[in-house]
Amino acid sequence: MKRKIFKSIAAVGMACFIAVSCMAGCSTDGGTEKKGTVFYLNFKPEQDKAWQNLAKAYTEETGVNVKVTTAAEGTYEETLTAEMDKDNAPTLFQVNGPIGLANWDEDCMDLEGTDVYNELTSKDYALKNTDGVVKGIAYVIETYGIIYNRTILQKYCDSDFATVKKIEDINSFDKLKTVADEIQANAEALGVKGAFTSTGMDSSSDWRFKTHLANIPVYYEYKDENITSTKEIKGTYLDNYKNIFDLYITDSTTKPTDLANKTGTDSETEFIKGQAVFFQNGSWEYGVLTEAGMKDEDLGMLPIYIGVEGEENQGLCTGSENYWVVNANSSEEDQQATLDFMKWCVTSETGTKAMADEMNFVIPFKSAKEATNIFVKTDKEMTEAGKTPVSWNFTTMPSENWKDGVGVALTQYAAGTGKWEDVVKAFVDGWKTEYAKVS
Amino acid sequence: MFRKPKRKLYSLIFVLPTFAAFVIGFIYPFFSGVYLSFCKFRTTSNAKFIGFDNYIKAFQNEGFIRSFWFTALFVIVSVVLINLIAFFVAYALTLGIRGSNVFRTVFFMPNLIGGIILGYIWQLIFNGILKNYGTNLALNANYGFWGLVILMCWQQAGYMMIIYIAGFQSVPGDLYEAAKIDGANKHQLLRNVTIPMMMPSITICTFLTLTNSFKLFDQNLALTGGAPGVVSEGGTMVYQTQMMALNIYRTFYENANSRGVGQAEAVIFFIIVVVIALAQLAFTRKREVQQ
Repeated sequence: MKRKIFKSIAAVGMACFIAVSCMAGCSTDGGTEKKGTVFYLNFKPEQDKAWQNLAKAYTEETGVNVKVTTAAEGTYEETLTAEMDKDNAPTLFQVNGPIGLANWDEDCMDLEGTDVYNELTSKDYALKNTDGVVKGIAYVIETYGIIYNRTILQKYCDSDFATVKKIEDINSFDKLKTVADEIQANAEALGVKGAFTSTGMDSSSDWRFKTHLANIPVYYEYKDENITSTKEIKGTYLDNYKNIFDLYITDSTTKPTDLANKTGTDSETEFIKGQAVFFQNGSWEYGVLTEAGMKDEDLGMLPIYIGVEGEENQGLCTGSENYWVVNANSSEEDQQATLDFMKWCVTSETGTKAMADEMNFVIPFKSAKEATNIFVKTDKEMTEAGKTPVSWNFTTMPSENWKDGVGVALTQYAAGTGKWEDVVKAFVDGWKTEYAKVS
Repeated sequence: MFRKPKRKLYSLIFVLPTFAAFVIGFIYPFFSGVYLSFCKFRTTSNAKFIGFDNYIKAFQNEGFIRSFWFTALFVIVSVVLINLIAFFVAYALTLGIRGSNVFRTVFFMPNLIGGIILGYIWQLIFNGILKNYGTNLALNANYGFWGLVILMCWQQAGYMMIIYIAGFQSVPGDLYEAAKIDGANKHQLLRNVTIPMMMPSITICTFLTLTNSFKLFDQNLALTGGAPGVVSEGGTMVYQTQMMALNIYRTFYENANSRGVGQAEAVIFFIIVVVIALAQLAFTRKREVQQ
């Protein structure tokens, strides 16, 4: 009896296997005959669903097959490496800037003169390799700074103990520190736990400090030296970096010794629950915050002031680390299909609408829909008011290893088990060592 | 006269599927892996032969050297502890205590849980305790080390215990009887009868714990992820609780130039594991006795 059951299971299994493999064979034969296909390896897990829907809509409209695969958070490089080795490699994938492009340069086709390149509002959003060939196209522009809870901050401004009486008056590190210190001292009166949400050093959160916050001192140094990247960083503004980091960990909801394991979600939750006023993050948080019930009028964003001269004219940090690149090794039909798909995404009604509303993206293309994102609007207003946006220079940071080094040193420093000198060492010496490794 | 070759032919045919699977799943990846360790490559289909460069870089990689010593220390401590615990638990459970079947199941269960999940669960437990002292797994390498040891003992001891129980039960009762009649005490029974008779079990268990501990990855990744790191002289960061497998994985994906280095480290790692495991097998085999 037992043997009989086993036999029949085996038989059915074999039959299924043959049927499936036959069907898979048939379908690919039919699909790739004339039209090319698109295979997009998406970087942003939070937008996976939106991309899947958009791909479906495109297939319905044009009959071209679009496959979207999303790498799990923090594993893009691994997934890309594995996928690029396969026969059906992604036709469209992304790199995060000059350093990322250096890794995949040979596999990226020249995009100059393509429709999607011509659609860019500014050619500055194209990414060139070291030889000056256009290889990548930024498809989303993002902004970060210190997100604040307008309601609570206003409550602070209206209180007797407040030195700063208007939100607009916060335009330097000193004022920011005064406000944060006073909020921290009067936390109970304001109904908060601290001025800043936890500066979590878990890997889901530490990029906010080892990458995004570290961008500010790098930005000012580049500005001083009039350069856009460097093999050796001096660390001129590292004291300022220390000041802002100290402020984050001192005027906080959480004891510095508990920060090592705090996650991004912890920090996000504290902000949503109104336990803190300030939360360093970016425009991509808008979806999460509004879905949790926060209203546009509750939200605002301040530039990250670190105490540099003339910083009252500093704007938010705006830039991109998401560049589309097209696989140079794909067949011509596939490349064409991919370029058509990219064009459709940024010009068609369906495409632009999905990117603006569903993905909350601000896209740097001529037919872009106005975004509803409040942080993006703030950025626009500030730029119009004459403030200079801080560019994203962290795409020129030498490697992930460098960022990890700074992150680890910051973690130890916050917990009191490490010294600030180690952060400096990781920042300055590490930059040189890591740069030498990749070049 | 024709029977013999025909038989041979049949056996070849029958062995073919498994052999093909072995070639595809093991032989080919293994040799292409060794070849790749001498190449500069980003994707495996586009590799350029460069000779021993990767091996030189691997030996210069501070993180790799550090992970070797960390792994070695971890292996020594965990092999000893796991086997001692498993041996004595097995001994206790063969004494005929009531409910020993329940205990066997309970001790065995941790083995059925995946390493990543275990790592995260124990991370919560350790951090929950350490929080009271204002510290954290990610802040002190000693906590990470002993955390890993405790985790591995908890997970592996039950499995080894099952093997030891089988070993205990296979010792013939007449040997004990004979030894007792000769006037052996409990201690002598254990040393001169039980342990020699159980050498096969001990061989298997040390072999398993040794290689398992050496190749540990999931638990390491989930429990500490290598943290804490220390910034070394050159400004590069070296993880303190990173074992070799995790270091190889990290090196491989570090940047476009490091794939080959990771591959070379993997080959070195393979050689170390093989040498140690063979040496250990030869060493314990010598002590096995025929029943």
